[in-house]
Amino acid sequence: MAKVHVTTSVNGEEREVLCEPHQSLLDVLRDELGMTGTKEGCATGDCGACSVLIDGRLVCSCLMLGVEAEGVDITTIEGIANGSELHVLQRKFLEHAALQCGICTPGFIVAAKALLDTNPDPDETTIRYWLAGNLCRCTGYDKIVRAVQDAAQELAYEA
Amino acid sequence: MGAYAYARPTSVEEAVAVLASAAEAGQRTQMLAGGTDVLVQMRSVDREPRTLVDVKHIADANRVEIGADEIFVGAAVPSGILNENAELKAILPGLLESADLIGSTQIQGRASIGGNLCNSSPAGDTIPAIIAAGGQCVIAGPSGTREVACEDFLTGVGTNVLGDTEFLLGLRFPRPPPRSGDAYLRFIPRTEMDIAVAGAGVALTLDEGGNCVHARVAIGAVAPTALLVPAAGEALVGTRVDDAALAAAGAACSDAASPITDKRGTVEYRKKVVGVLCRRAGANARDRALGN
Amino acid sequence: MAEAHDYKVVGTSPVRPDGVDKVTGRANFGADLNLPNMLHGKVLRSPHAHARIHSVDVSRALELDGVYAAVSGADFPSGAEGEIQGEGGGTVSDLAQNIVARDKALYHGHPVAAVAAKSPYIAERALELIDVDYEVLPAVLDVDDAMADGATLINESLHTNGDQSKPPSNVAGITKFERGDVEQAFADADIIIEGEYRTPTAHQGYIEPHACTATYSEEGKATIWCCTQGHFDVRSMTAGVLGMSVGDLKVIPSEIGGGFGGKTVIYLEPLAVKLSEISGRPVKMVMSREEVFRATGPTSATHSRVKVGAMKDGTITAASAWIAYEAGAFPGAPVGPGCMAIFAPYDLPNFRVEGFDVLVNKPKVAAYRAPGAPQAMYAMESAVDDLARELGVDPIDLRLQNAADEGTQAPYGPTFPPIGIKKCLEVAKAHANYTTPKGEGVGRGISAGFWFNIGMQSSAEVRLSEDGTVTVVEGNPDIGGTRASMCLMAAETLGVPYDTVRAHVGDTESTGFCNVTGGSRTTFATGMAVVQACEDIIAQCKQRAAATWDIDADQVDWTDGEAVPKPGVNVDVKPLSLADIAGNAGRTGGPILGRASLNAQGAGASFSVNMADVTVDRETGKVDVVNFTAIQDAGTAIHRAYVEGQMQGGAVQGLGWALNEEYVYDANGEMENAGFLDYRVPVTSDMPMIDTHIVEVPNPSHPYGVRGVGETPIVAPLSVAANAVRDALGFRIPDLPLSPPNVLAAIDEREGA
Repeated sequence: MAKVHVTTSVNGEEREVLCEPHQSLLDVLRDELGMTGTKEGCATGDCGACSVLIDGRLVCSCLMLGVEAEGVDITTIEGIANGSELHVLQRKFLEHAALQCGICTPGFIVAAKALLDTNPDPDETTIRYWLAGNLCRCTGYDKIVRAVQDAAQELAYEA
Repeated sequence: MGAYAYARPTSVEEAVAVLASAAEAGQRTQMLAGGTDVLVQMRSVDREPRTLVDVKHIADANRVEIGADEIFVGAAVPSGILNENAELKAILPGLLESADLIGSTQIQGRASIGGNLCNSSPAGDTIPAIIAAGGQCVIAGPSGTREVACEDFLTGVGTNVLGDTEFLLGLRFPRPPPRSGDAYLRFIPRTEMDIAVAGAGVALTLDEGGNCVHARVAIGAVAPTALLVPAAGEALVGTRVDDAALAAAGAACSDAASPITDKRGTVEYRKKVVGVLCRRAGANARDRALGN
Repeated sequence: MAEAHDYKVVGTSPVRPDGVDKVTGRANFGADLNLPNMLHGKVLRSPHAHARIHSVDVSRALELDGVYAAVSGADFPSGAEGEIQGEGGGTVSDLAQNIVARDKALYHGHPVAAVAAKSPYIAERALELIDVDYEVLPAVLDVDDAMADGATLINESLHTNGDQSKPPSNVAGITKFERGDVEQAFADADIIIEGEYRTPTAHQGYIEPHACTATYSEEGKATIWCCTQGHFDVRSMTAGVLGMSVGDLKVIPSEIGGGFGGKTVIYLEPLAVKLSEISGRPVKMVMSREEVFRATGPTSATHSRVKVGAMKDGTITAASAWIAYEAGAFPGAPVGPGCMAIFAPYDLPNFRVEGFDVLVNKPKVAAYRAPGAPQAMYAMESAVDDLARELGVDPIDLRLQNAADEGTQAPYGPTFPPIGIKKCLEVAKAHANYTTPKGEGVGRGISAGFWFNIGMQSSAEVRLSEDGTVTVVEGNPDIGGTRASMCLMAAETLGVPYDTVRAHVGDTESTGFCNVTGGSRTTFATGMAVVQACEDIIAQCKQRAAATWDIDADQVDWTDGEAVPKPGVNVDVKPLSLADIAGNAGRTGGPILGRASLNAQGAGASFSVNMADVTVDRETGKVDVVNFTAIQDAGTAIHRAYVEGQMQGGAVQGLGWALNEEYVYDANGEMENAGFLDYRVPVTSDMPMIDTHIVEVPNPSHPYGVRGVGETPIVAPLSVAANAVRDALGFRIPDLPLSPPNVLAAIDEREGA
């Protein structure tokens, strides 16, 4: 089986990787690049735990092939914080206890970042529908929505 | 054990050549747009290796063009991008709301209405909306392009008219005249993330007096393919799209439906609900037309 | 309302110690470990719900390039004996047969063989090359069929309650208890309410699939990394299945991505160890989501009948219940706790409960949050709601009138110490979501909930570093913030700031034995061990201070994190802080280490009252939850935000069970919805904010009053939803889920459509 050479950018750093043509971007990130912050919950696009940004757009990395990542900019959970400074969403998830087990958290934070990047002042309904593709089984979503609302508010003050 | 391969053509000609040479060699190919159905299927129901031909690097497959008379939507345009097109949203809100219903925000970052159509699921959300809006499928092949009306594109559950060496390049829609509106509604058990249990798309045009002069109604998830329901459209034409007319259109949809009972719903449920959705979508389309 | 107390950090909501790792992707979960030379294991599963296995031949799979090991039932010891530890119980023999089938496959998805290969892709391909000769048998798919005369037997040597004098049966066990004269009380009752109810098979739906990595060494020892609620139980269960000594197994828990009871048992670990033993390489196994649904333990579907008798003044005088629980392919449905929980909120003079543990050709059930209670209490709380309507009284008033209280003998035996049911009902009655008139077309439902909570065995060590920082080491995987609650209790006890305390979940070789993170026991029992270990530290610090000051240890007090001479002790010294004593420990006797181990007694029952407003679309049958109120007695909330989180999460999980979640099987016993697409857990946009109110009636058996909060929250939402839909529609739909097709069919039937 011929592997395909792929050059891509992960969190601002150029990476080269050999991908099996059938390998998902999720598997390439986790198994080939060792970036296990992106999680697999279903591998069918139903849970959002594998959310990443491709050229700024939110996608499930389980539903994209590694070979499709040629020439794109990928942002994963490992690239959300700015050096040792947490992103406001990361801080707000901590302050609001918006995670319990934490397995869905990377996906939620990446998805919420995509929302706030495009819509800095979303109402509760907008937040809930935007995040409908991210399953959380622990929190009942209440504290997650509040964390995103609070992060948006803080970003608005900063702006 | 065969092997997966990946091709990334950058022109229609190159894509057709890839398909043709594989067909000649007896090798399997599959077009890849957003991949949100393809990747799931190749890990579950259909693991057989194949060459995936990525349509996303062909310029025309990514084109959205809004002309004076017609609209072109490339087969690979993700619904997330489509939905950011305010001009298109004003012209064909029903089509865009159907695209907005495919899966999550994440799915919409990849999934295209062309892919939704080529997957040819009975429950594909955009298909009734495309049919209602009069969408024509622009098919590329070895001898150039051909066009097929969307309602004639589908041949069964998961099947369509595309030949081995053809692929869907995009969809062409007539630009609706003034006082037109379209709408799509589906029913799912949750608010998001489900496959339609039933769906209905309505596109209509009113005259200056508010009488319906043109209507197309299509339904999904209630037959092996999405269906155009001429009787439902006829029930609206010549009326003010009032409750009685909508009820008649809904009844026509229920009559036209030939659903199955499965994990998502029963025959009785689907027949009833598709009529309800037709009524509600028809009212939405009417209100939009009155606003246009 | 919180009780008045003067805790400094208990009851606050600081950031959890493991938080930063979990928001940055740094935390390692079950599937995140990769080792050099590692292979990937995959499981071949039965395509039949019930079949005799005549042979399994893995030879063709082994010939495939890149395949290094293949195993089937024949490779594992037979005749394993004994009972397993853990929340669900059961025998080692049943567990071993559930890990890999021997002569019969008992459910669709039952493991039959496993392979290890250099990539997951090759391993999957290898599975296609394993030849299994099946003789398909009729599948038994629900309790009614399983209990019918002449039913196909799933286990021909199973006799009800082990009674060999009776013919074999699919009913593994019958639980009965009774108090008073039930028949006379029904005969004397003014009003009798009867109902028959069903609940579907439901899965915990944790987002992280089961995963483990195992290495087997040349000296016959193995190490397992896995996501589990209890690594000591993984050790004993795996050892039992493989016939190993627990001393030869080391289990290292990863972070755990949800469990809700479903990760108290094992599925992959013995296979991974065996594949590693054969291949001589580390083997990682990760389930797909489909495998999680098909082959790990959901909770029981149930069929129940409940009868309630009352006097005109509202006094409930008698109740009886008949409840059949699906166990899956092996005995072990949570019928005992279900029967014990069903009448718990009430002071009932006369009652009878009969529960049945019934085998069906489905995966063996596992614990799921308050195992057994939601199904049983759904039936009773629906009947009590109907009783309130029949009497024309407020459903909260009816419950208040009949509620258990301190001194009431619980239906399951003990006499209640202080409990919070009445307080929860009073809070509900006064809550704005109850006093506000409901909107047009809105249905409102309320229900009580309950869970026993458990104690069991825990150990903890508290270590003092030389700068006075504190490390708590215990053996309960942190599934929802328990590191934070351990640190809070340690900080409170020692009198030091929260941020000077660290928490570490030790593996089976680095910390003392702890039972599972389950039963809502961790903050209660392991917390008690942590408090005792801190008290041990304080005692030692007092001794060190006394030695430093040349006085007796009993002349030293511990106040606000400092050793001080007791009032009246005549020495001229400055107080010694924890940091002072730690820094000087080398000169006063060496490192300071506190320890405690215990079998915790006195777990406090946690009651709840939940309510909701819903709307029903009468044309589609869709139920929308407009608001939801969760009120629960936590004893004392150690970390307030995580207590709220448990209540909110349980509410939404329970609503999912009530409204849409169910296993759908075809006639042959194949699950048709083994994925998150069609096993419909609630998504963000389905739910409103959950109004949360913590009641605190401290548990006298815990140093800080903890009861345990994790399980009660899922109990009431089933009947809350059903009672609210009953209110909206004007009639009751007794079978869950209240999914749109089911609700519309009920409306149509009612209206004769």
